[in-house]
This record gives sequence, C-alpha cells and structure tokens, in this order.
Amino acid sequence: MQLSRRSRAALAILWLGTLYSAPSLTGVLPDDEAEVLYDHYAGDDQVIHGTTWLIRKKIGDSFSVQYSRVTDIVSGASVDVRETGASPYVEERDENNVALTYLSGKTTFAMNYIGSTEPDYISNTANFSISRDMFGDLTTVSMNYSREWDDIFKMEKIQDAQGGYIKIHDPSFGEKHMDERTYGVGLTQVLTRNMILALNYQAITDQGFISNPYREARYLDPTSGRGWSLEQEVYPGTRTSNAIGSDLKYYLPYRAALDLQYRYYFDTFGIRAQTVQLGYTQPWRNWTFDGTARYYLQSQASFYSDLYPYLDSQNFVSGNQDISAYHSYSLGAQASYQFTIPHASWIQKTTANVRYDRLVTNYENFHEWNLTNPSGGIEPGDEPLFTLHADIYEIFLSLWF
Amino acid sequence: MRARLPLAALGLALLAGTLAACSPLQPWVKPYEREHLADPIMAFDRNATANAYLDHVYSVREAARGGDGAVGGGCGCN
Amino acid sequence: MLHRIARIAARGLAALVLAVPALANVTGGPAPDFTLPARAGGTVSLDQFKGQVVMINFWASWCEPCRKEMPLLNDIYRQYGPMGFTLIGVNVEPERSSALAWLKQTPVSFPVLFDATSKVSQLYGVPGMPTTVFIDRKGNVRMLHQGYNPGDENAYLDEIRELIRE
Repeated sequence: MQLSRRSRAALAILWLGTLYSAPSLTGVLPDDEAEVLYDHYAGDDQVIHGTTWLIRKKIGDSFSVQYSRVTDIVSGASVDVRETGASPYVEERDENNVALTYLSGKTTFAMNYIGSTEPDYISNTANFSISRDMFGDLTTVSMNYSREWDDIFKMEKIQDAQGGYIKIHDPSFGEKHMDERTYGVGLTQVLTRNMILALNYQAITDQGFISNPYREARYLDPTSGRGWSLEQEVYPGTRTSNAIGSDLKYYLPYRAALDLQYRYYFDTFGIRAQTVQLGYTQPWRNWTFDGTARYYLQSQASFYSDLYPYLDSQNFVSGNQDISAYHSYSLGAQASYQFTIPHASWIQKTTANVRYDRLVTNYENFHEWNLTNPSGGIEPGDEPLFTLHADIYEIFLSLWF
Repeated sequence: MRARLPLAALGLALLAGTLAACSPLQPWVKPYEREHLADPIMAFDRNATANAYLDHVYSVREAARGGDGAVGGGCGCN
Repeated sequence: MLHRIARIAARGLAALVLAVPALANVTGGPAPDFTLPARAGGTVSLDQFKGQVVMINFWASWCEPCRKEMPLLNDIYRQYGPMGFTLIGVNVEPERSSALAWLKQTPVSFPVLFDATSKVSQLYGVPGMPTTVFIDRKGNVRMLHQGYNPGDENAYLDEIRELIRE
C-alpha cells in the first residue's frame, strides 16, 4: 500500500489544521525515569540474554529526551538455520535509541532514532509521531511514520594464519539493502469512568532483500541419502502488511484492572494472523501483580513449504518456520514491589520487578528436518512436527525522579 | 482497496478530531471523574521497557507486526 | 468489509459525540454558593468569605499538576491572607483517604474542603484538572484558569493583586 503523494499532503494539511489549541491548555510530558532491565530467553537451542538501560528527563516545560541502550547476546541458532547444519554461534547486537518529545498545547510531537548493529546486520530507523488530546481529553488521535534502512551481510568462517577461524563478511554475498516504511494511525477513546479503548492501524512495506542469507529451503531429492537436499531461500522483493489492533482496559471496583487486546493481521505473503491477549493487574499494598495469557494464530505464506517436490519448483521458496502455519500460546506473570529509598527524597518512586513468560509454539506444517531417517521408516515429510518451548525471564528496576 | 483502507482509518481518526474540535457539546466523563483512569494500573505504557522486550521476542518469531502502541488515557490533566 | 466497519464506527462515534449536554460557564457572573465539609472539621460555606477576595482551587491527589501547584498555592495563601484574601482547596475525590495521605506528606495551611459527590465541581463547570477560580469582593467570578504549568503562579499573583486593590 502506498498513499499517493496528494493524499498524503491533503491528510497532513487537514491534520495540521486540527492541531491549533489555546496556549494555556496543554497535555503532560512523560515522567523522568531511569531503568535497567536484564532479560533471558531460553528455548529452541537458542539462549539470548540481554540488558536494557534507559534514562528519560524533562528539559524545561516542553521537552523530554530519552536515551536507551539495548544489548542482546545470542548463543545458538534458531531451528531452521540449525536444521540445515549451520554451525552454532555467539553473536552480540547493540542498539542505541534516542528519542525527543515536544509538547505544544494539547499536541505531542515525538521523534526517535534507532541504530542497531550486529556483525551481519546494520539497521537505522527514524520515527516521527504526533498525538493530540481532544474532547476534554477523552479522545487521543495519533499518527506515526517510520522509515528504516537496513544493510545486510553474510558471515563466513575462514581460516587464519594460525589455523584458527575468524568470521568475515562473505564477499560473494556482498552488501544487500532493505527499506521499510510504516504508516500508522491510532484513536484512543475514554468510554466510561472505568473503561478506555485504543484502536490502531499500521501499514508496513518492506522493499529489497527481506530474506535471510543463511536460510535454505528443502526439496525432495531421491539421489540424497536422507531423501532431501537444500536450496537457497528466495523471497519476493517486497512485502506489505496491515495490522489492526485494539486494546481495551477496564477498571474493576475493588481496584484491579482487566486488559483485553486483539489484533488482526494480513500481508501480501498471504499470511493472516490473529493475536488475542488477556491481562489482569492486581495491586496489593506495595505490590502489583500481573497475569497475562496470549494466543497467537497464523496461516502460512502462500509460497511456503516445508518440503518442495523438486529443485526450483517455484519462483519463491522458503522453509522459514516464521512464515509457516502455527499457533502459539504464552502465559506470563509479573510481580512488582514499590519502595522509597531513605535519605533520597529526589527519587519519587522506585519499583523492583520480575517477570516470567512461558511460550509454547505448535507448528502445523514445519517438521524436524534433522530427524529424517528413511531406513528407520521416517521418510522426508514424516518427521514429527516441530514444537518450540521457551522460558523468558525479565528482571528490572525502575526509578522515577 | 488496499490504499483505501488506511485512508478510511485516517478519515475516522480525523472525523473524531474535527468533531471534537468543532462540537460545542461536552465530554461525558468529567475531568474530576478521572480518578480510575489516572490510576497507574490503567496506563497503557506501564512497564513499557519490559513490554517492548516481549514484543521484540514475539515479532522476531511471528509474521505479524505492528498494530500495537496505544497512547492516551491517564489523568487528562491540564 | 473493513471499510464498512470503519464507516459504522465513524457514525457511532459521531452519535456518541453529539449526545452530550452542555457545560456551565460561570465566568463573569455571581459565584455559586456552596457548603462543603472541611478537613479541620465542620462545614465551610463560600458565603462566609463575602467581602474578601477568594481563590478556589479544585484539585485531586491523582493529578500531577495539582500536586506540583499546591506548595506554591500555600505560599500565596500565607503571603496574601492578611490582606483580605483567602484560598480554598476543593478536593474532588469521592474518598478522602488518598488526599489526606498526600496532605500528610505535603502539608498546606489553607482550608481544604471535600466535594465527594462532585456537586461543586458541576456547579462551577470544572473544565480540567486543576482548575482555579478567582472571585472578587462582591462575589463575582472574575477569572477561571484551567490547568497548571510552571509560571502560571505569576498569572495568579497578577489577578490577586488586582482584585485586592478593588
């Protein structure tokens, strides 16, 4: 989807026209905060642990700046890359995120820049959003636009002079690019004293190399010992997606909150997906407890197959589990404890938090490729379907000042 | 069709905005009745960093992306 | 299909927006009288302060700009109190516990009244939190200030000085 230049200009002008408001009426900037988070993902022969550092501060009455740094350290490889015999690895991703918020009347402007670097992937994103509180602050309307530029490389292991191995960018793959554009609109409406509903829509378009240099698809090959061979994954050069999401929050009279989220997604790969999430928040003295149940269902991409009939059977081929048909559910629980630090009155509030999520994904048409055993009666395509279990831990400290 | 859907959504958002701006009629939840909505447990961005991490975990494995990120609510002060 | 949903939602929202009654506008006219229970005990009526300049501040413990403003309002009360000026804080919360807990941490010396049923908030057509109303010696509402941003206290002082001189 691309809005024509004229439509975009017209909408921008209409939008700017609604932005004027009496100077004495303003919204509120986000609170000053410092946060540190440690996360740990264990599942699927892959362990990822990481940290996030965040700091946010108001400058004067109209500006707020935020800086955050995210680091992920990945060990292992996800299952489809692993199934093809690719070797396990340890890799670090670093991300810097700088954001600026400007409040003018009832309108909030936000800009942010994200730079993410890993050995074979460099990503830069610029995001711009506007939101406006109106109608006695019962309604918030927002718009966002985002542009991402990615540089993709492929690592290869070569022997060095001492007989050990080093990893360099594969010159035959070279450097590939991917551009992504996001357009989004949102509407949040207070329905009653106890209920608020947020709706939002986002259209995302990717162009360029949107595949993965390491991924391969498999096809039936009677000449091979195990009955199948690998071919390079081939993706379309563009992908456009649409997502419509809703989030309803309801305040329970004994002081607790219910949260219900639903999202419908569809894209030009032919994938349709739905997400449903139910959350419950219960404060108790200095504690706040959260419980979450999430269910996700997706249909496969039209060109996906776990086992193609022969080499080069289609223009686009992919054995990527992420675009196969599957359903997953996760259950999560979080406990937060609020406290004050003695002799530090400049710190308004501090919370210590732990969260655990259990994620189970049942693939409906992705098999365990490394379990093929024709002599043992397991023909290609008869292997068990893959199931992914993951434990996700988060522990974080937040401080408001 | 594809191009008209986002325009319809945008139109809805702008309609709400302009109706609210032009309307002489008043909100049905008064500013002094926002106690529950102002409660931190009703905030969309409570635990923003932790949720951003989880969203990242899901988006790396799922085909679906976008459609989240709610702003608004809260005390509606000033 | 989504087209139709968007259209229905737009019509629904329009209906919701148009189905609401109008709000009172008190500026320029006589200040509506009221009687509310006071923190110090007993009740307080606006009538008691006829002949003085009165500043009413509608606030809540859950409102951040309200909390920021209170110490400044306390300073104004202490400075101008002897000149025929009084400041009344009207707390709009249905229950007193949060307000009292906060006042314990951040004490103020001006009278605090409790408008638990929102009677007075409705009477004055409070358009936002906080709202500050300035009443002259004759009992007329001269200014209604919505919200609080750092620096607004100067506007308050200007108005108070003008009304005291009358």
